[in-house]
Amino acid sequence: MAVLTPELREQAESMKARYPAGRERSAILPLLYLVQSVEGQVTPEGLREVADLLGLRTAEVEAVATFYTMLRLRPTGTHVVNVCTNLSCALRGGREVHEAARAAAGLPHGAEISEDGLLTVHEEECLGACDAAPVVQIDFANHDRITPERMAELVETLRRGEVPEPSRGVAPRDFRHASRILAGVEGTS
Amino acid sequence: VIGSPRIITANWDDPSVVPVDGYLAKGGYEGLRRALGETPAAVIDEVKASGLRGRGGAGFPTGVKWSFVPQDTGKPTYTVCNFDESEPGTYNNRELVEREPHQLLEGLAIAAYAVQSHTAFIYCRGEFLWPGIVLERAIAEASAKGFFGRDILGSGYDLDVVLHRGAGAYICGEETALLSSLEGYRGQPRLRPPFPAVEGLYESPTLINNVETLCFVPHIMRNGAAWFAGIGPEKSPGTKIFSVSGKVERPGNYELAMGTPFRVLLEEHAGGVLGGRALKAWTPGGSSTPLLTAEHLDVGLDFEAVQAAGSLLGTGAVMVMDETDCVVEATRRMSRFYAHESCGKCTPCREGTWWVSRVLGRIEDGYGRPEDLALLGDTAENMLFRAFCALADAAASPIQSSLKYFRDEYEQHVAERRCPFTGKGPGPNEPPPEPDEIAPTEPGEPAFIPVSEVLR
Repeated sequence: MAVLTPELREQAESMKARYPAGRERSAILPLLYLVQSVEGQVTPEGLREVADLLGLRTAEVEAVATFYTMLRLRPTGTHVVNVCTNLSCALRGGREVHEAARAAAGLPHGAEISEDGLLTVHEEECLGACDAAPVVQIDFANHDRITPERMAELVETLRRGEVPEPSRGVAPRDFRHASRILAGVEGTS
Repeated sequence: VIGSPRIITANWDDPSVVPVDGYLAKGGYEGLRRALGETPAAVIDEVKASGLRGRGGAGFPTGVKWSFVPQDTGKPTYTVCNFDESEPGTYNNRELVEREPHQLLEGLAIAAYAVQSHTAFIYCRGEFLWPGIVLERAIAEASAKGFFGRDILGSGYDLDVVLHRGAGAYICGEETALLSSLEGYRGQPRLRPPFPAVEGLYESPTLINNVETLCFVPHIMRNGAAWFAGIGPEKSPGTKIFSVSGKVERPGNYELAMGTPFRVLLEEHAGGVLGGRALKAWTPGGSSTPLLTAEHLDVGLDFEAVQAAGSLLGTGAVMVMDETDCVVEATRRMSRFYAHESCGKCTPCREGTWWVSRVLGRIEDGYGRPEDLALLGDTAENMLFRAFCALADAAASPIQSSLKYFRDEYEQHVAERRCPFTGKGPGPNEPPPEPDEIAPTEPGEPAFIPVSEVLR
């Protein structure tokens, strides 16, 4: 079963056309986001299809995909909760927020995805919003000045099937939707 | 605060400048109009004369960088905006884009015109989902108004701009790694020379500038080089956004004249140390710049003065620690970041960052050995200036500077066998750990032979 529908393959061609002729390999990251938006992670089949679109070997695409943390090559939750614990956030309680996120998601030691597949909790490096520390991103939408209590509420909101209001901008519906925006094929109004 | 000039943040309180019409109402794109009426060489001369220096960390003169891009090479010339902002503590690029995206686009268009490039890329950090959307919208609006595309403002000059999103890799902020990533490869740095100006994107001449740097360009074109050169110190003219975070009352981005003393930034703008506690340590330019302390309160925040004080201005990201914060733990956290973000190309960085974060971890956890301090110092020395790019140098910075100013704190961790701040660790009453392979083999023999000794 193909990852990309004929319609998405057509979009993939227009993504390649963003780059100069002969330089289509530059579209590798957006194309990986595109396959991630379909399957909620980058699967071996997704890697093969991107390789096919770019005339590369699957191993070449895998070598690129494994370099970048936002491309997920393993099972990933419907929502991805990124908690910054880098210095500015750690000074303001980021580690406690990370622990609260893991506890609220019910993650045992070593696990990064909840049993029901709803949540992946990821300890994140600096998210570039240090005035609002501790910072959390849910599907890459920012949530500012998060306390452990607020973190638990955010997880509860996700459990109810709702998308919490971000501190700025728009909130993707879920990780797949975020990946679609990152691929640059989503209308952004 | 009275008397502090605001150039690139002047409109931050006015959300009407986000759409193009609001930006135009404030005189937006006038700088581009003026630039297009001059020769590219004249635009470069204007920026050179302004004394503007790159705000991304290195502080290289912007106009000089532009003049390095060769013409008539038979290859296309590319312009790239580095919006991969990920230096810990740094968040001015994100806010510049969110609050006034057209200011960046105008600066980018002027830069591209100056080097006669017809394709520009903005490499947007992947995690910046919303700023990326803001830029996508702004590019569409600006193109509809004729500021991008064919025959811009009737000048005959063509320019297309493409937003390219990264996917989570700090190293892609390094300009040659960024180019590798933009070409569709792993983001690993390349050997320089050749420099990107001569052989950059797709082996073609390429100009790369940081977001904050480009944001100054429209103002220099509108108000003239002399106006800009007259602000701040002679060798570091203009203003700079300082991103203040950590233990302060009012964290935030503050645009101040270069050379403003750190004390003014901390006390007058950021409201002082949180809770009135004592200042312990701070970074002038993100975790990659050596720590400074309370004795450096009166250091002026410009390239020269910070360097004279033993650190670097970097990105102007000021992270503040107070007397209750553990420097060993802070250094451990910063080191773990570099271990995570090392691209793996160079051995001193790939191995060194991992080892120092392990050693720092055991000191913080109360399992440190007296010889660990020398081990850390030696490992840091063997990372510094021994890799392709500056990531390894950056990783050495917090280690060397914390050992320099807070050695007693490290020694206390080792002697008490716990963190004096959290109390965590086995404590002084537990038996010491068994010696291992790094312990001295003979009494009096060093635990390891520093590479500097071997080379001597």
